Amino acid sequence: MITIYSARKIITMNPSNPEATHVAVRDGKILGAGSLEELVGWGEHELNETFADKIIMPGLVEGHSHAMEGTLWKYTYVGYFDRMDPHGKVWEGAKNIDAVLSRLKQSDAALDDPDAPLPGWSLDPIYFDNQRVNRHDLDKVSTTRPVGLLHASGHIMNVNSKALELAGLLKSGINNPGVPLGDDGLPTGELKGPDVMTPVGLHVGFDRDMLACDEAGLIDFAKLCVRCGVTTATDLAARLPEEAVAMMSEVTARQNFPARIVPLRFHHGVTPQELIDHVLKLKKQSSDRLRLGMIKVVVDGSIQGFSARLRWPGYYNGAPNGLWYISPEQLRDIINMSLENDIHIHTHTNGDEATELVLDCVEEGLRKHPSRDHRFTLQHCQMADSAQFRRMAKLGLCVNLFANHHFYWGDEHYNLTIGPERALRMNACATALENGVPMAIHSDAPITPLGPLFTAWCAVNRLTASGRTQGEEEKIDVDEALYAITLGAAYTLKLDGEVGSIETGKRADFAILEDDPEEIGGDKLKDVRVWGTVQDGRIFCAADL
Amino acid sequence: MNATPTPVTILGGYLGAGKTTLVNHLLRNANGKRLAILVNEFGALPIDADLIEAQEDDIISLSGGCVCCSYGNDLIMAMVDMSKMNPRPDHIILEASGVALPGAIAGSLSLLNDYRIDGIVVLADAETVRERASDKYMADTVQRQLADADLIVLNKTDLVSVEDLSALKDWLHDLVPDCRLVESQQARVPPAIILDGLETELDGHAADKPHQIDRFETVQLDLPDRIDPKTLIEQILVRDPPPLRAKGFCRTLSGELATIQITGKRWEIGKAVREVVPGVVVISAKEPGALE
Repeated sequence: MITIYSARKIITMNPSNPEATHVAVRDGKILGAGSLEELVGWGEHELNETFADKIIMPGLVEGHSHAMEGTLWKYTYVGYFDRMDPHGKVWEGAKNIDAVLSRLKQSDAALDDPDAPLPGWSLDPIYFDNQRVNRHDLDKVSTTRPVGLLHASGHIMNVNSKALELAGLLKSGINNPGVPLGDDGLPTGELKGPDVMTPVGLHVGFDRDMLACDEAGLIDFAKLCVRCGVTTATDLAARLPEEAVAMMSEVTARQNFPARIVPLRFHHGVTPQELIDHVLKLKKQSSDRLRLGMIKVVVDGSIQGFSARLRWPGYYNGAPNGLWYISPEQLRDIINMSLENDIHIHTHTNGDEATELVLDCVEEGLRKHPSRDHRFTLQHCQMADSAQFRRMAKLGLCVNLFANHHFYWGDEHYNLTIGPERALRMNACATALENGVPMAIHSDAPITPLGPLFTAWCAVNRLTASGRTQGEEEKIDVDEALYAITLGAAYTLKLDGEVGSIETGKRADFAILEDDPEEIGGDKLKDVRVWGTVQDGRIFCAADL
Repeated sequence: MNATPTPVTILGGYLGAGKTTLVNHLLRNANGKRLAILVNEFGALPIDADLIEAQEDDIISLSGGCVCCSYGNDLIMAMVDMSKMNPRPDHIILEASGVALPGAIAGSLSLLNDYRIDGIVVLADAETVRERASDKYMADTVQRQLADADLIVLNKTDLVSVEDLSALKDWLHDLVPDCRLVESQQARVPPAIILDGLETELDGHAADKPHQIDRFETVQLDLPDRIDPKTLIEQILVRDPPPLRAKGFCRTLSGELATIQITGKRWEIGKAVREVVPGVVVISAKEPGALE
């Protein structure tokens, strides 16, 4: 059966046919886009005018997100910015500590068991003039139950006295840079770094594997995808044990599951050979809506956590250089074996030294195993300079830049972590494009909210949270940004032949918009309203989820 | 949490320094101790095949009641899990990944009340460590690993000339001015230097490897009736040759029985849980001249 959808305008991203009014769909795939006249020739059809007053774009592609965004919503949201949950409710941002506490008190009141933990997430005290939330503040919420707030960055947690007590840390004499002490010699309740957070996090209700996504979380994640026009999203680092793969296969195959999920196998904890063997096996378990068989390698830490590896002169505030999460030897092995076995790798590098190491290893690997179209992708790659972008282009690497980061932490980077000059060139979208590096932009949800149109707005305007434009020269235009969140991201996943544009033969994956992103203006891109999506020809209205 | 904290030795050092070899050596000479070995990944089997009794997903059962677990991407969680093991192991050997900073691991573990850090032992490959320590990417990581060490095991000394070894030691002392060194070949370090336990006798397994033991001396100290443990430790630390390991009991000025533990640079005073005769054993490397 053929369905022809009419629209106010169809932005196809197909350069030979950039705009259309109708699109014909059969068996979840696109027969063609054009005028109604051009499409009726396909034969008997049904004209669907649901979108007659809407804009249709290719379904948006999020090239760096984590399905745990769906899982986190079962905890109390205490972020500074308004944020939409999977059910469409917009949670107002908590603008000061009192607002955070009052939000937590509401959650506290809703819990019957006085001992049950109360976890919250997305706290960001940098917007409270860096006034920290200490255990005494959180004791006002409860003294009987452990309360813990995960920061938006994911690198710090604040807990109440009960949580410290349960973890055996409400004592003097602790000597650990990750556990600041108050005047009384006891921990303030702030815990910096995953190794310090983990033992206490257990007691406040944060599950053991924070990156793991359960069934409910995966479904909620997919709902968030619909709400922001995403039809293909990565789950960028998972261990993917058998039971998780079985769950994901079953859930994504359901007739009402609205997104294509691309999980990447995290490198850590297994040898390169085990990793390759596992991924080759996973590849065979791929299905239409669950694309397996790629690797994510984490090379360094984060810039705001001072664990990213920087080249000289290092951190602006003089902090020691960050941490390697993999040795060059192992990285080389994984790259070589992946090239041999035609496996696609995405690497996490935040600092420019980590990026340099990947460039060196890929260059060396390609000499041994020439590969014309490997599309290995540097994820985040926030500090790359133009020389590194030139190398990426030569080596056939893609880049997925963290445009959202610029908005949320740009001020922090300018003032504290890497200083003004390098902060200006962070996430250098314009330089990437100028040097011909295939580029995507991302949210790293849940670190920042899923929403490619917001991400596009970030890349176009380069505003920081304080309202400064940071890096005028690295702005890109609206067309480039829209390309980055569709075909650009699809290219980094080797899915650009299937999704990312509206043209004959491709998947009927659409973002259905109330406003025209080409007309609304670059400064309002984030305000484009999303009606929902069409995924594999199935209609998902955000309001009906 | 009420039980005595389990001692943990963190084994650091860059890839190829001999961490796995040392682990196997300790397992073979555990002398009845039930060791738990924690490794980042099982990899090309970290444990000699003849020691293995059974293997499941993340845990390998070894002869003598020892186990080996892989901690994958979450070391702290593995440690939390291990604290629930029944019976608890006598001593945990944590083999850090080649790029990890062992001091940071120790800092994190110090927050877990079920454990006490017995020592940070960092292996250095005598043949390659200087090159590693000036590598474009790894220099600071390797240097920080060495600086974190309570005790540096300078391994594979048989692969370098006497002159080079001497120059290497000078270099190490320049890099880490207060470092404590023990030399080894094939990571054969007397287990008494690394494993906790006051009952461990240095000569307990001397019979088969006298040439190893010859290089070390064990001294039983005569203690005054009462002594401030901190003072005692200070006295031990300045002994010549410098102590690699010391352990024992002393009676404090107020008459309580205290335990003292020294691993290279690290020392710790604890409360004795049972009544024993005070006494301290100190293990040191003999003068270089005595090595031959």
